[in-house]
Amino acid sequence: MNFISVQNVRFSYDDIEETKNPVYAVDGVSLEFEKGGFTAVIGHNGCGKSTLAKHLNAMLLPDSGKVYVDGDDTSDENKTFDIREKVGLVLQNPDNQLVASIVEEDVAFGPENLGVEPAEIRKRVDSALKAVGMYDYRMHAPYKLSGGQKQRIAIAGVLAIEPQCIVLDEPTAMLDPSGRAEVMNTLIKLNREMGITVILITHFMEEAVLADRVVVMDSGKVLTQGTPDEVFSQVELLKKHRLDVPQAAELAFRLKGRGAKIDKIPLTAEDCVNLLGEVLG
Amino acid sequence: MVRDVAFGQYFPGKSIIHRLDPRGKILVFIAFVAIIFCTFNYCSLAVTAAFTAMFLILSKIPFKFYFKSLKVIIFIVIITSVFNLFYGTGDVIWQWGIIKITWNGIHRAVFVTSRIICLILASSCLTFTTSPTELTDAIERLMKPLNVIHFPVHEISMMMSLALRFVPTLLEETDKLMQAQKARGADMETGNIFKRVKALIPILVPLFVSAFRRAYDIATAMECRCYRGGTGRTRMKSLHLSALDVMSFIAMGLVIGGVIVCNIFIPSVI
Repeated sequence: MNFISVQNVRFSYDDIEETKNPVYAVDGVSLEFEKGGFTAVIGHNGCGKSTLAKHLNAMLLPDSGKVYVDGDDTSDENKTFDIREKVGLVLQNPDNQLVASIVEEDVAFGPENLGVEPAEIRKRVDSALKAVGMYDYRMHAPYKLSGGQKQRIAIAGVLAIEPQCIVLDEPTAMLDPSGRAEVMNTLIKLNREMGITVILITHFMEEAVLADRVVVMDSGKVLTQGTPDEVFSQVELLKKHRLDVPQAAELAFRLKGRGAKIDKIPLTAEDCVNLLGEVLG
Repeated sequence: MVRDVAFGQYFPGKSIIHRLDPRGKILVFIAFVAIIFCTFNYCSLAVTAAFTAMFLILSKIPFKFYFKSLKVIIFIVIITSVFNLFYGTGDVIWQWGIIKITWNGIHRAVFVTSRIICLILASSCLTFTTSPTELTDAIERLMKPLNVIHFPVHEISMMMSLALRFVPTLLEETDKLMQAQKARGADMETGNIFKRVKALIPILVPLFVSAFRRAYDIATAMECRCYRGGTGRTRMKSLHLSALDVMSFIAMGLVIGGVIVCNIFIPSVI
């Protein structure tokens, strides 16, 4: 079995016994997440991607279906904290997830809850802050930092728990472009250098392109999944569901529609430049 | 505008005062507050003032921040000292109608002013040099014996530290809300007191709504980070008393001794 296995999960915020036609936020989703992978989950607001994220660390429990993390069922109450130790969740608003008034004390919050020895907490805090490149700010007050820096502190706070997987629920939604780049670079580094499984919930297609695998969700269901190349070459399908594609793909798609000879849809600006160079000769 | 308040802020640093054990600091502070109100003559007042000055200098925090925190309470100081000035007893040195000034009144005014100033400076020194987490941590540990009578010590200290953490965030939000309402033509600076209080409602309502939303978010974030109450929790910074703390206790003891000796040998002036 894979590291995280989501099996036919349905979840409704309505009370399913009281309501006649409950609205399912997640409606029969089955997904597998491999260890060490970098998966992006994309979709509209309200497509159920945040709800799915909260199922991955037992913050929400499925109404029907199962979620297994490293073989443990999330609905087993005895395993809740083991699962949260393995799967860390970073939320959207960096302001509302920092608990302490000093950066390093905030990062220490997780391991303190786990009852780790003080000397070991110190080590974890230092290495987590170094991993996100915020070690020099360890004595600062969080509210004086920029959005991107705050979000990196939040990531460090989860890293200090030493999880095997980090789930991020739209971590860049409230950030400016430079803050977004900071967070994305950090995530890529964690995934490639430290081998941490990353599941990134986002609505920025440019970020999804950087993942190994992309899952597209629409009204509580998985629309399509695959490598970024596979997913974003289905421009028509994505458009039909009012989803954006990366600008490079969009341009290539339109050119193709006008009869340009394009075999492979480019995803990044660089690929697009190369392709246009070829096409224009 | 609301962000100018220096009182209650923390300035990270590595001075002697910063390095003192927060538990010791709180105990010294409580003892000091008590002793400030036991000064009855200028000699003992000078001892406490000297002690305050010593702490301020050792904290290595620019004096302008201390002045800022004094600025906030300057009205209270002026009003209380004026009242004291006119309520003295004894020989009258100046009189106009029912208003009279006596030497006793002048002494009282001087004492009240200097006591309040010492108190504010000492408490600023405490909050400037101790992080809110350290402070609540120390309170939690000092109150630990109360656990025996099922007093929720950990919960209360957690609430305090979260409240302190959100003070700057909510101040910033208030500022933004005020600007947003002003941009829509809200008038908050003119009119009588009732009008002004009424003008605050469109600020308070969204502020409360967002505070509740934040509370919900922070609870989720805490659960995500394996928070499950105080049991089995460890702390990164373990507190232990050092030679420095013993020295601060000795200094405090000297001040208490000094004030008592002064009170015994020099007659009271108020």
